Amino acid sequence: MNVGQLFKDFFAKNGIGLGTFLLVAVLFWVVILIVLPQLSMLDFSFRHHLPPPEMGGPKDTYTIEHYKYLVLGAPGADTSYNVVDLGVFGRTLLAALFVTILDLLLCYPLAYYLGQSRGGGAIRILVLLLIIPYWINEILRAFAFRIIFGESGLINEMMLAMGLISNPVDFIRANVALYAGLGYAYILLMIFPIYNVIESLDRNQIEAARDMGAPWWRIHWRIVIPYAKPGISSGCTMVFMLSAGALAAPQILGGPSSLWFTQIIYQWFNTGGNWPRGAAFAIVLLVTCIIIVLSMMRLFKVKIGDIGK
Amino acid sequence: MTKGVDVDLENVWIRFGDFVAVREANVNIKGGEFFSFLGPSGCGKTTILRSVSGFLEPSEGNVRIGGRDMAGIGPNKRPTALIFQNLALFPLMKIWENITFSMEVKGASKAERRKRADELLDMIALPDQGEKLPSELSGGQKQRVAIARALCAEPDVLLLDEPLSALDLKLRQHMRTELREIQQRVGITFIYITHDQGEALTMSDNVAVMRAGIIDQIGSGHTVYNDPATPFVASFVGENNVFRGKVKSIDGDMALVSTNRTGELLARIATTVQGSLKVGDPAMMFVRPEALNIAPDISSAPNRFAAMVKHEEFEGQIYNVFLEGSEGKEIKMSLVNIGKERQSAEGMNLTLEYVPEQAIVLPAGELASE
Ligand SMILES: Nc1ncnc2c1ncn2[C@@H]1O[C@H](COP(=O)(O)OP(=O)(O)OP(=O)(O)O)[C@@H](O)[C@H]1O
Ligand SMILES: [Mg+2]
Repeated sequence: MNVGQLFKDFFAKNGIGLGTFLLVAVLFWVVILIVLPQLSMLDFSFRHHLPPPEMGGPKDTYTIEHYKYLVLGAPGADTSYNVVDLGVFGRTLLAALFVTILDLLLCYPLAYYLGQSRGGGAIRILVLLLIIPYWINEILRAFAFRIIFGESGLINEMMLAMGLISNPVDFIRANVALYAGLGYAYILLMIFPIYNVIESLDRNQIEAARDMGAPWWRIHWRIVIPYAKPGISSGCTMVFMLSAGALAAPQILGGPSSLWFTQIIYQWFNTGGNWPRGAAFAIVLLVTCIIIVLSMMRLFKVKIGDIGK
Repeated sequence: MTKGVDVDLENVWIRFGDFVAVREANVNIKGGEFFSFLGPSGCGKTTILRSVSGFLEPSEGNVRIGGRDMAGIGPNKRPTALIFQNLALFPLMKIWENITFSMEVKGASKAERRKRADELLDMIALPDQGEKLPSELSGGQKQRVAIARALCAEPDVLLLDEPLSALDLKLRQHMRTELREIQQRVGITFIYITHDQGEALTMSDNVAVMRAGIIDQIGSGHTVYNDPATPFVASFVGENNVFRGKVKSIDGDMALVSTNRTGELLARIATTVQGSLKVGDPAMMFVRPEALNIAPDISSAPNRFAAMVKHEEFEGQIYNVFLEGSEGKEIKMSLVNIGKERQSAEGMNLTLEYVPEQAIVLPAGELASE
């Protein structure tokens, strides 16, 4: 389509005043708040870690040393690869994937139920119940989980009282608390997109399939899931991205042995004071996540355009 | 092909809470018959159909298909296939996959399914369209795909819920003929739902006319049209002019009705109320627009009444004359266009006559609302 025509239509539809405002607002949003900060981070990531007086001096040249560090480790280390950081990186992505799948398994049935039952009051209350956890801030939520899952927490106490276990289970060390906390935090982001598409699915299609003898699993496999695919993929994308990039939950709920990649980034920025290295690590995480999401979408034949629907 | 089987509803009641959607339905549909439920919107047609297809259990009474009681048997286990009011094609499946979904469920191989899809696509005159998606077809084509999809399941009974209502007039008339042909070819029982009386009359062997959950009459299109059992049927099926009054005298199957404002009119007593209609009963006399004619002279007779022409409508093969009689309601007369100069003009006073045997007397009752 012709871009000029596109602008003409846009202004014809919204009027000059509103049209200009929308355009400026979107441009501001995209350029100032999204593109510029990322570009400066990208720029950072290719610079040497220098003390402030030397910045802009002759030593301030572009380098890929931080990227090299992530892959190969410090020069002269005893392993040829940066096993520690790469390991954390891989584990973070796997864990994020796991959280995503966990949320999908939990949320799909719920979203289906919410979307297909034409109920009034009861359904609205259910949805409201799903929103309430978001009124509580992230830190509080994470610590609440720590308490519930702690050695003398609610769950251990209950299982002990019921005689299911004889010694308290260390949910924190086993990362159960972390997965539960992350999964719980993003449940809504998974439910709503799926709920939205399923709500628009014509009930008659489900009945038609049933009329033709299909058992429930085939109805889901052939009718509901294909229809809900855009919702499922936007839910999965959000949950995956946000879990991989989460910081507070891993910090508070993670076991001592499990470091999240974001924590390493945070350390470089904060205690390490090495911003270029932190930026490089963060960019690697971002790009990898985007690649994973795009290839997943490719694999499941979802178009980017479908997701916005 | 499988031959159709009987479908029987025995004293079926369907309630939603306190609301009675279907009241004491007794229907016997013979195998291989084209049977229609005809009634205004919201009268419970879809509800009855859903109880036959198994999406709904009757609150009371039995549904039998091929003599077998269907209580507790789900829609996926019944020998019926339902065509939905909105067709409900699967939008993300290709046409051939849509058509053969029932075979996929049974685990048929892809080759088998393709073959069967091609056969059915030929039957519905859509060869080589199997690779398309439903959104790429026209309304009439989708319609035919829905029929093919239902037939592919080889049901004993095909249930159709106003499948033509979304189509334009021309296509609708064409599809009527086509549906009827398909039914005769496959020979299975068709249960068809419509609020369009023209559709019901042209296609069906038998029609059940429904009013607010009650089946008023079951019979052939001919019977329902010519010998209605209730004022509702008389006024809902086709058009009718109604005269209210009391039965003055009865002679055999003929009755003289003294109407409230139009004098005494003679008409045949509807078959179902012969014997039960008594002198003095409040009654309604119905005479159809096409049964009315302009009398050759102005002398009075019990099959004549006077009316003034208000306006006319030319329809091509007929022209409709709307007149004001003494009943207050407009009277409609349809005259066949035989090419002659019309004899009526606006404001003209006419004497109309009809053949008494073509008019019907029924006990007074509820009319279909326009
Ligand atoms: N699940 C339900 N719960 C409550 N009432 C219902 C339900 N289904 C139908 N009804 C009511 O039953 C009556 C009959 O509905 P039905 O759908 O059978 O009408 P219909 O004859 O098919 O009408 P239409 O020609 O408009 O499709 C309506 O008054 C409707 O409101
Ligand atoms: Mg209906």
